[in-house]
Amino acid sequence: MNDTPPNSFRNMPDDRGHFGEFGGRYVAETLMPLILDLEKHYRAAQADPAFEEQFNDLLQNYVGRPSPLYYAESLTEEVRKDAPDGKGAQIWFKRDELNHTGAHKINNCIGQILLAMRMGKTRIIAETGAGQHGVATATVCARFGLPCTIFMGATDVARQKPNLFRMKLLGAEVVPVTSGAATLKDAMNEALRDWVANVHDTFYIIGTAAGPHPYPELVRDFQSVIGKEARAQMLDRVGRLPDMLVAAIGGGSNAIGLFHPFLDDPDVKMLGIEAAGHGLDKQHAASLAGGGPGILHGNKTYLLQDEDGQITEAHSISAGLDYPGIGPEHSWLKESGRVDYDSATDTEALDAFQLLCRTEGIIPALEPSHAIAAVTREAVKMDRDKIILANLCGRGDKDIFTVAEALGTEI
Amino acid sequence: MTRLSQSFPPNRAALVAFVTAGDPTPADTGAILDALVEGGADVIELGMPFTDPMADGPSIQEADIRSLAAGTKTADIFRIAKEFRERHPDTPLVLMGYANPMTIRGSEWFADACVAAGVDAVICVDIPAEEDESLGDALRAKDVAVIRLATPTTDAERLPQILNNASGFLYYVSVAGITGQQQAAQASIEEAVTRLKAGTDLPVAVGFGVRTPEQAADIAKVADGVVVGSAIVEIVGEHGKDAAPYVRDYVKSLSDAIRTAREI
Repeated sequence: MNDTPPNSFRNMPDDRGHFGEFGGRYVAETLMPLILDLEKHYRAAQADPAFEEQFNDLLQNYVGRPSPLYYAESLTEEVRKDAPDGKGAQIWFKRDELNHTGAHKINNCIGQILLAMRMGKTRIIAETGAGQHGVATATVCARFGLPCTIFMGATDVARQKPNLFRMKLLGAEVVPVTSGAATLKDAMNEALRDWVANVHDTFYIIGTAAGPHPYPELVRDFQSVIGKEARAQMLDRVGRLPDMLVAAIGGGSNAIGLFHPFLDDPDVKMLGIEAAGHGLDKQHAASLAGGGPGILHGNKTYLLQDEDGQITEAHSISAGLDYPGIGPEHSWLKESGRVDYDSATDTEALDAFQLLCRTEGIIPALEPSHAIAAVTREAVKMDRDKIILANLCGRGDKDIFTVAEALGTEI
Repeated sequence: MTRLSQSFPPNRAALVAFVTAGDPTPADTGAILDALVEGGADVIELGMPFTDPMADGPSIQEADIRSLAAGTKTADIFRIAKEFRERHPDTPLVLMGYANPMTIRGSEWFADACVAAGVDAVICVDIPAEEDESLGDALRAKDVAVIRLATPTTDAERLPQILNNASGFLYYVSVAGITGQQQAAQASIEEAVTRLKAGTDLPVAVGFGVRTPEQAADIAKVADGVVVGSAIVEIVGEHGKDAAPYVRDYVKSLSDAIRTAREI
């Protein structure tokens, strides 16, 4: 599958699902036969041209791919106003917020539901934070006629009502999870509990590039359509690759999807942006910046945890980034030094959210607003002929209530 | 490890009893562990509380929350274990829990702590055979048994991998699911135990969903051990600091049923 040289950054994971010391298959024994079977089916699907054909057809005609590559001229000009002379890189966006269902999540859901059907599974479960993955899962389940149960933290149910209603309209059963802080981590625990009790007929569509092997790999592969398209579009439009890629990171699926096809292009810098919440010295969701290696939800990766290995609660204004872990490939890319990681606070994300609304007429989701905040920071440091490409991975319709509350506005 | 191999008598099944360390507080666990022994438990499983116990049902989740809310630290758990070992030199003690609290300071550290506290064996819920090197090598090097789990999804192809490097006993999780829910049908337990025993000389203990003396007795007829967890943890949940006598009486009812199961 990977036609890459031995020193490539693109030939992970190894055959045991490890990205260096990260990744792996840390699951209860009941699930082991199932994830081994999933891997077998995924290898068969990779070798089957009919699978790729069906995946690509659905991406094109159902999701609406390829998503546009857009030069955000107005935002670029706005940023240049505050930049030193000659500085202010061009800002480009990969417009994955224009996908059907409004985010990149659908790319992965299409791939996974095709796998589920190949495995003969008849019931789908998923976890969701912001609700984007829940909506995308409910969408593909409606499309393919499979019953679907979505686990969603009760806190997120309260702050993401529009997506809750969308999932219900699409025929999904939504189970509010009240344990822990009642956010994404707790939804994932509950999904795993359901899965272990229903292994015979149930497929778990994990929403991010994390979990036990082969999930981080297959989610990355399905999301890599973002980077593959962006690479070709960039070469087509400006005849060269971008100088820097930027993407927001919760679990990290949109980021790995953008980054992976560029990992062996040494001149392309990459920057993943974690959610710094109230600040890195306060409550946040930046597991690379403020955590350490540990084992949770099937993989070894950077986690927010205390000295005893108890997982600590994350915080981000963005429900989709409100998770105390990160996909294992990002942990490896950080340690290998290939990708840089930084963070943006709730406040910075809110500012960037409004900036994009005003300058470009695009209402972004709060998740990519973190990336946009970093883009504006980076652009002023770079020459005007440089190109930054950020993944605009979701639209902000779902976030208007959260933003209104944060801005003290009633709607 | 010797303590563990001697705790499965040839003529009856052993009773393996689980409680969560530090529930309701670290100061209370000693008396509850004593009650398990007084009630007739042959093997003690001491649960290490974890913030994200994804293989556990509500009863043990709540016990973990109570314990952590009371401030239980890993150091408290090893202190509880060490004090238990001083009071009960012959009763095997098994630590059960999740990978992250066990590996956070490194597997060598954990193995050394087990030895220092007199812990005989470890069950790690989310380290399957494939990831054994994260913990198993260090434990075995210090003669701490690594207990593996077999489940209804374990087929003939999978079983040898589970048994490779397994020690202590084999824990058969009789239900594909989380702890404390429904019990498996007796026929399926019998079939599974027969199949597992054909593959290993290790004692086979059966758990998940066992609540009543009658259920325990039924399993005791076919298995080498009966594991009871959630039902005991619920008694601790109900009676809190005063749970010890209730725990002892309940465990005695199980133990009595198990001791006579094969005479009927």
